[in-house]
Amino acid sequence: MLLAILTDIHGNREALAAVLADQAARGCEGIVILGDIVGYGPDPEWCCDRVMELASTGAVVVKGNHDDAMAIGSGGMTDNARKALDWTRPRLSAEQSAFLAGLPLWVERGGVLYVHASAEAPDEWVYVTNEATAAGCFQANRARITFCGHVHVPPLYSADLRGQVAASRVKFGLPFPLIRSRRWLAVVGSVGQPRDRTPAASYATYDPAQGDLTFRRVAYDCGTVATKVRAAGLPEALALRLLSGD
Amino acid sequence: MQKPRTGLEIDGFTLGEMLHVGGFASIWAVTHALYRTPMVMKVPTIQDSDDGPTIVGFEVEQMIMPRLTGPHVPRIIAQGDFDRMAYIVQELIPGGSLQQRFDKGPWPLPDVVEVSARIAEAVHALHLQHVVHLDLKPANILQRPTGEVVLIDFGLARHDDLPDLLEEEFAIPMGSYPYIAPEQILRQRDDLRSDIFSLGALMYEMVTGQPPFGMPQKLRQVRRRLWRDPVPPRAFRPEVPEGLQEVILRALEVDPERRYQSVAQLRFDLQHPAQVTLTGRGRKAAPDGWGTVFVRWRKMRRVTALGRADLVVAQLGKASILLVAVDLTPEGEALAAPLLIWVHRMLTLEPDTRIACTNVIRTTRLGIENMRDALGDNLHVARLVGLKAWASALDLPEAQLTFTVLEGPEPAQAIIDHAAQIGADHILMGARGHSTVRRYLGSVSSKVVAEAAASVTVIRLPGGMAAGQAVG
Repeated sequence: MLLAILTDIHGNREALAAVLADQAARGCEGIVILGDIVGYGPDPEWCCDRVMELASTGAVVVKGNHDDAMAIGSGGMTDNARKALDWTRPRLSAEQSAFLAGLPLWVERGGVLYVHASAEAPDEWVYVTNEATAAGCFQANRARITFCGHVHVPPLYSADLRGQVAASRVKFGLPFPLIRSRRWLAVVGSVGQPRDRTPAASYATYDPAQGDLTFRRVAYDCGTVATKVRAAGLPEALALRLLSGD
Repeated sequence: MQKPRTGLEIDGFTLGEMLHVGGFASIWAVTHALYRTPMVMKVPTIQDSDDGPTIVGFEVEQMIMPRLTGPHVPRIIAQGDFDRMAYIVQELIPGGSLQQRFDKGPWPLPDVVEVSARIAEAVHALHLQHVVHLDLKPANILQRPTGEVVLIDFGLARHDDLPDLLEEEFAIPMGSYPYIAPEQILRQRDDLRSDIFSLGALMYEMVTGQPPFGMPQKLRQVRRRLWRDPVPPRAFRPEVPEGLQEVILRALEVDPERRYQSVAQLRFDLQHPAQVTLTGRGRKAAPDGWGTVFVRWRKMRRVTALGRADLVVAQLGKASILLVAVDLTPEGEALAAPLLIWVHRMLTLEPDTRIACTNVIRTTRLGIENMRDALGDNLHVARLVGLKAWASALDLPEAQLTFTVLEGPEPAQAIIDHAAQIGADHILMGARGHSTVRRYLGSVSSKVVAEAAASVTVIRLPGGMAAGQAVG
């Protein structure tokens, strides 16, 4: 069963719609969402509704730090993140807020761990950005494969039989075999706010039968979203970021 | 971790007898209730979890092999994990490897050419899938009962689109010392021309009965091939044609830039022995004198890299084979000049392209024997001369050009078959204008476009195009 793995949607309706259409066209039969459904973007309500719909039909959804901040406040966030979260909070219905608040921090299915940030301390939102932080994530759990998000830049890490961690360069659109002699940690790129210098939405597909992971890119109308960000009075930096992808 | 033994059952496979045991793995006959094809299981021999080279080599195989397709690789049926017992189950290729044949000494020359061309075909098929084998040796080459060569053991292979686990892991050069290319000794693992060198070493051994650089045991001895040239095959066997020696020694050039740039081009020369352009290599009667070797030693002893390799896919693009179908009839005359212009354009983009100039003599279906008489021979020669005259305007070194006159009742089929036989990547041909006759009988170019395995570019005269539009 081919899985689509999405993360960091951040209230970006156009990007989410484009990615959902792409995964459907590729025949994905399961969806996993690694959190941060809201924050930064201008369409949190639509994105929440869509994710709730997917969850009701079997999608695995875990909580991200922006989803968490809806209930507990925006302490510790950057200025722009806090402004966007404070803008988002009153727009969500009680049902939507309850959905976000009720999301689990991590889910394990068939030897695969899904978590928003490093599994080291899921509620501390540690970024996996290098081999050292990846090693922490590997040590904290026993799953053979871990998918996380949070970083908005997609790298891939492996730990070999001796526990040695190595980063691998990611090539988009090419299946990468997660060979069974190693443990793997895939940081999936962001749907709604990519930061790897490409504005196109990023996600991944995983084929558990073949063991192949493919990082994917989907172009979407980021101009419209930037216009919406500005019209909503959200910080200009959040609009520019969508256009440049960094 | 489990150890393999006869009678062991794992994932539905039952191990039979052990067929072979090597340094890094053992091969077992296996059966499975659901599979009817004869199969073998390869199990790595792992001493402990620190046995890096074996484990990584096996990981590389597990990554690359399931991605390969076609008759030149074994079909993969199943794989097992390291946590119980690592294995790869693949189809059994009966008959054993070429090792036994190599052990018997020099080969008859026609066999050398035939089997080398078959190995080249298999290696090129691998390169087309973006993989460099990097460990070509007799024991890794099998042959199907139908003749196709099958390459096995991808533990040292390199895939363009996959991470190179071996490079990440080790700092020592890897490969089989008698056949390893100079750049592999310098730890470069990304050049498809390394396989061309190994193929040259294999051909050398077929011809002479010994590998070109002996059987070195130590790395220091392996490095000698950076400056010491092998004894020319004709010194052992004077009956070896100069053309064949040329092909072998060109494949064995130290500098990858001076070798063939693709295996397809090497195979092409094997298929056209009379048209191999001879250089000093083909005529060489003895190895270079000590003075020359000394100069080379001074230059090479500190060298750290050879050639600059692109991705396999990019290397193939630069060294393609272009089949140009030239129409030498009066009707095709007008297209000769535009065809030349297009060949020039393609050479600007890919200067290393081999140009196979081809002309077809249409024979009547029933009267093929007519072509065998003196008149037919005359026509054949006349067309060959015509082709050469056409190509002279290209001003290319002869090594880059070949000329072939084909015969057949259907010119399109003759072109399609020839393109497949020489492994052409691209076909360039002219199309005559549209006419009612052609609409009913079908045009040569449209059949080639529809059925050839290569890319096809069809050149039209601008005027012909306009007329065609008016009619059609």
